Amino acid sequence: MRQAFCSALLESARNPAFVFLTGDLGFQALEPLRDEMGKRFINAGVAEQNMVSVAAGLAKAGLRPWVYSIAPFLYARALEQIRNDVCLHGMPVILVGNGGGYGYGVMGSTHHAIEDYGLLLALPAMRAYLPAFDGDVREVIQLLMSANHPAYLRLGLSEQPKWLSPPPFAAWRHLLAGDGPTVVIAGPLAGGIVDALHNSEIGSDVWLVSELPVVELPAEFLASVRRSNYLMVVEEHVCSGGVGQVLAHRLMLAGTAPRQFVHRTALGYVSGRYGSQRFHRAECGLDPSSVVSEITRAVSA
Amino acid sequence: MPLTTELLLKARLRLLQMHYESRVGHVGGNLSSLDILMALYHNALGQHDEFVLSKGHSAGALYITLWSAGLLSDDDLKSFHRDGTRLSGHPPVHSIPAIPFATGSLGHGFGLAAGLALAKKLKGEEGRLFCLTSDGEWNEGSNWEALIFSHHHGLNITLIVDLNGLQGFGRTRDIADLEPLAEKFRAFGWHTLEVDGHNVEDVTAAFHQRDDGPMVIVARTKKGYGVPSMEGRLESHYLPLSPESYQQAVEQLTTLCAKHSAALS
Repeated sequence: MRQAFCSALLESARNPAFVFLTGDLGFQALEPLRDEMGKRFINAGVAEQNMVSVAAGLAKAGLRPWVYSIAPFLYARALEQIRNDVCLHGMPVILVGNGGGYGYGVMGSTHHAIEDYGLLLALPAMRAYLPAFDGDVREVIQLLMSANHPAYLRLGLSEQPKWLSPPPFAAWRHLLAGDGPTVVIAGPLAGGIVDALHNSEIGSDVWLVSELPVVELPAEFLASVRRSNYLMVVEEHVCSGGVGQVLAHRLMLAGTAPRQFVHRTALGYVSGRYGSQRFHRAECGLDPSSVVSEITRAVSA
Repeated sequence: MPLTTELLLKARLRLLQMHYESRVGHVGGNLSSLDILMALYHNALGQHDEFVLSKGHSAGALYITLWSAGLLSDDDLKSFHRDGTRLSGHPPVHSIPAIPFATGSLGHGFGLAAGLALAKKLKGEEGRLFCLTSDGEWNEGSNWEALIFSHHHGLNITLIVDLNGLQGFGRTRDIADLEPLAEKFRAFGWHTLEVDGHNVEDVTAAFHQRDDGPMVIVARTKKGYGVPSMEGRLESHYLPLSPESYQQAVEQLTTLCAKHSAALS
């Protein structure tokens, strides 16, 4: 997704208001953007707190700053700067976190981003964007280039199945229609799971959420939950502040509570060992086969 | 409005009155910053210049300075720290045009000022950024990040440090000794001046020594300056003025005002 990100940003590189700041990251990915943007591409060094404050200052002066780093180095290290300087002032600063979820795999827990959008969405005016496929990235970037609010863009690794032609980027997308259990997935892990569900005989009704917070529930989704009376939410994020919690809240407000609600989330470090993103997903039951097994069990119960 | 000694005394009296009537502390750090802010707004800040108060707990001194420059009304000051006010204990978000950012948690203002200065540089606009920090605020790592960044990018920022030697729970030298602070700034490549922060002529001259590139003015001040019972005392960081202290300060400043007016006439 980083390459798609760089290519899409290059289309706006000549926009004189666009300023890109990186916390000394982007090797073998962002060089074309650096070369095209010249003095508006700023390596702010390994100093994320200052980088976010500087971005707020740039936005106050009418520029459109984008701030880039490995996700937790940005949202966790500079959380107070994001809260005070960006969000309390409603500054249109775009925070780009690379390696959403367990994306940095065996690099270790310091590099994982499993509580990012839960933390950030507690802040005023903040919106989070979770592109699932490479093709989403360009559309999100075009959207964010004119955003008038703070935003967090969580980049991951696209796992789009060859057979899938996803609808254009939107907060809610219906990936797979079925008369079985209702499934909601957030972010790029949707690719592998929708592929497994497509190949199963379960007939799941699969939805993808890519923009947060969830404000409105599509009528078709509500109808699906009422019909199936089963909802599974899968996300590479801890339970607290996650899509599942927010959806449960929204469904309660809408007077629609499914009989069965399953929330598959990041669980931290289950065995205390480290491995690839695939390893951590499997430990948390976020891998496609675990998800299919759970739904199969529920359907046959 | 020219910055006369009379205006400075009036500002100090009005600051004390505002804090006393609102029963608000943080008087000490406001009194240590007031002369710097008055010199800045009346003798230095130009049409294209901007100011960020990083030591947000000196909001009172900033409000009084804006009042002295006709940017806030007396009614505004009367609402200080009361329900429904826009003059909160630390600078507010958006509601006062002369205040670009809400600050209060220390270590934010300098980075914000750096962003504003960088925007001027990228857009080729005129103007200079001023930013006032406290001395205890240099415990914050983010300030050192901004120091490196601003110098590296040659930003047009004048940084002022209100060096009153006292912070939240003790003396700066006892908590995390910063001295020699001016030498540290010089070691980071900054053009560094040291002045008496209560001598407005010296402060003004420092502001005008250069008008381009990064410069830091280390202003040696006294917490609680002008209120004998508060000068140099840690209590002045938090506690509101007692009726006795307020009366004593008012009498002293009023006498000074009268003497000054008589000398002029």
